[in-house]
Amino acid sequence: MSILIGPETRLLVQGITGREGEFHSRAMAEYGTPIVAGVTPGKGGQQALDEGVPVFDTVAEAVRETGANTSCIFVPAAGAPDAVMEAASAGIATIFCITEGIPALDMIPAVELVRSLGSRLIGPNCPGATSPGSAKVGIIPGSIHREGRVGVVSRSGTLTYEAVQAMSDAGLGQSTCVGIGGDPVIGTTFLDILQLFAADPDTDAIVLIGEIGGAAEEEAAAWAGEHLRRTPMAAFIAGRTAPEGKRMGHAGAIISGGRGTAASKASALEAAGIRVAGSPTELPGLLRDAGYLGRMASRSSASDLGGRKATQS
Amino acid sequence: MKIQEADAKTLLVAQGLPVPDWEVARTTTEARAAAERFFAAGAGQVVIKAQVLVGGRGKAGGVKLAGSPDEAVAVADAILGMDIKGITVRKVLVGPAADIVKEFYLSAVLDRAARRILLMGSAEGGVEIEQVAEERPDAIVTVHAHPSLGLLDFQARELAFAMGLGGHLKTAVGIAKGLVRTMRAYDADLVEINPLAIVREAAADGAAVERLVCLDAKVTLDDSALPRHPELERLRDPDEEDPADREAREAGLTFIKLDGTIGCMVNGAGLAMTTMDLVKRAGGEPANFLDIGGGARADKVAAAMRIILADPKVNAILVNIFGGITRGDEVARGLIEARAQQERDVPMVVRIVGTNAEEAAKLLAEAQFETAASLDEAAAKAVQASHAAEARA
Repeated sequence: MSILIGPETRLLVQGITGREGEFHSRAMAEYGTPIVAGVTPGKGGQQALDEGVPVFDTVAEAVRETGANTSCIFVPAAGAPDAVMEAASAGIATIFCITEGIPALDMIPAVELVRSLGSRLIGPNCPGATSPGSAKVGIIPGSIHREGRVGVVSRSGTLTYEAVQAMSDAGLGQSTCVGIGGDPVIGTTFLDILQLFAADPDTDAIVLIGEIGGAAEEEAAAWAGEHLRRTPMAAFIAGRTAPEGKRMGHAGAIISGGRGTAASKASALEAAGIRVAGSPTELPGLLRDAGYLGRMASRSSASDLGGRKATQS
Repeated sequence: MKIQEADAKTLLVAQGLPVPDWEVARTTTEARAAAERFFAAGAGQVVIKAQVLVGGRGKAGGVKLAGSPDEAVAVADAILGMDIKGITVRKVLVGPAADIVKEFYLSAVLDRAARRILLMGSAEGGVEIEQVAEERPDAIVTVHAHPSLGLLDFQARELAFAMGLGGHLKTAVGIAKGLVRTMRAYDADLVEINPLAIVREAAADGAAVERLVCLDAKVTLDDSALPRHPELERLRDPDEEDPADREAREAGLTFIKLDGTIGCMVNGAGLAMTTMDLVKRAGGEPANFLDIGGGARADKVAAAMRIILADPKVNAILVNIFGGITRGDEVARGLIEARAQQERDVPMVVRIVGTNAEEAAKLLAEAQFETAASLDEAAAKAVQASHAAEARA
């Protein structure tokens, strides 16, 4: 088991015929994710990924014909909120929106509709998720993962890769790694993901990677302090040196009116009994200090890791 | 994107909100003409306000009253050219001074946690709302706009009554709804009226009347939405944009200048912040935040290098790339090319992992770049190089 995606995932890719969509769909398929359909309005009837995946004009049709239950969106910003609402309306349960640069106010009605229809949206402006060994949805490089029992949740892209690589190098595999997105208005928060991890029998420890802006880390910390005291956890917060009032690349990464600082987030986490690393490379050590011994998943071994490290560095 | 008060007021007026008349002056001559017009229209005094995109201009002496056209010229002369938090004042707003009966606060802001537009109102206007929030949170009234219908009439009425604006109900409702409409029309993150004020004015027959008006306005726009509002792009103030910021924006890079000596070039915003943090932790000071974005090609790398080196304080550069969409070998080629063209010899530490890292390592080794395997090591080496450069200087 894992959260959000796993062996039961039947993936549909919205924007599969675009440059980004096609490139990442190939990587997802290579990782072993079952891609059952693509959607590009006007290209219905074509085949994508070397004739392997049928393309439909609408998500509703794709769901009817293929039983897709998860969607990954690579549609440009102008059309992405509509793509999210189309997926939710067609009954897709889990929607990942990778698209960056969507106007924040456009996401308000989209998030509301997704919620009212009972679907789940991850993102936008997120790298997706990987459940090592079973499925990967989005753009996270598959090679950095290792099967295991640590859940990873992050607001970032490449910083997540950095942290996951550090964990894999230290022999700590992952149950699921999720990037929830760097925008101010996102579908799924840290707290939502912590609750999913808490209910997942195959997640034994959790790593949270936050950054400046908003108060989602504080909210998650408060809940973890009450409900996850027995779960080994470690965290990292990016942006200790970020100046106030500047948007640090991510639309949501901004300290305003003295709120949303790294220090505030770190102290909320520490108050909940969660150690905060000074560098992503310290995360494995902090998890071990928190009592997580890194039970190995059956299919990975130290020699796998050695081989992977050699090709990575 | 932040815009000037005068431009913010123009947007409010376009949405039908009551804003007292004003003019923008770039010279004392223009200030005199504006002041003369307002005095002729019956103003007892005019207010002259520095147009800068930083807060605290009042405390800095950038807002003053004048009782005659001559005095307006003297005041404008003092404010134009004034330095407010590092920004030179190049224009002032001139308007009739208001006879304020009572000040309020009203704003519409994006509430991230609730994923709604939040309206915040208070009967304590004219002061920093953060201060009110801290000292007297019960003095702030809040309401969330409906996600698709906007602010409904009854919500606006509730807000107005709770703020003590029952005597100006119709105008207050119009202003509250107008803030949400303004926010949605221009994709603003924030529309703030501080103060919203009841002012005393002379009616045509000479009798005093009280009116609710927006005395100040602050609007920030969502950068992600600017492509669909080309008319707002021209509100970007060229006087207040650093040349390095402009070059970065035009090259598609996210760049924020800081005070330190170690230039940073990173892919991804979270990792770029982390790289800065680790430089600091290793005993150095980051000179900038720079995210080259996903899939960055050689030309972007070259532009990033130019922008970093344009800062004379930079004496070492740290490049940190975790390849996913971005290919390590392309970045390496870009670095080699950029170094061949660079005018200033600054030590550089490069760390490239992920997609095509092996090819990158080969290219960097051939070109004799200093490399590092881990982020911690890269930060330590960059700090060392920076300290060595300081010792030589």
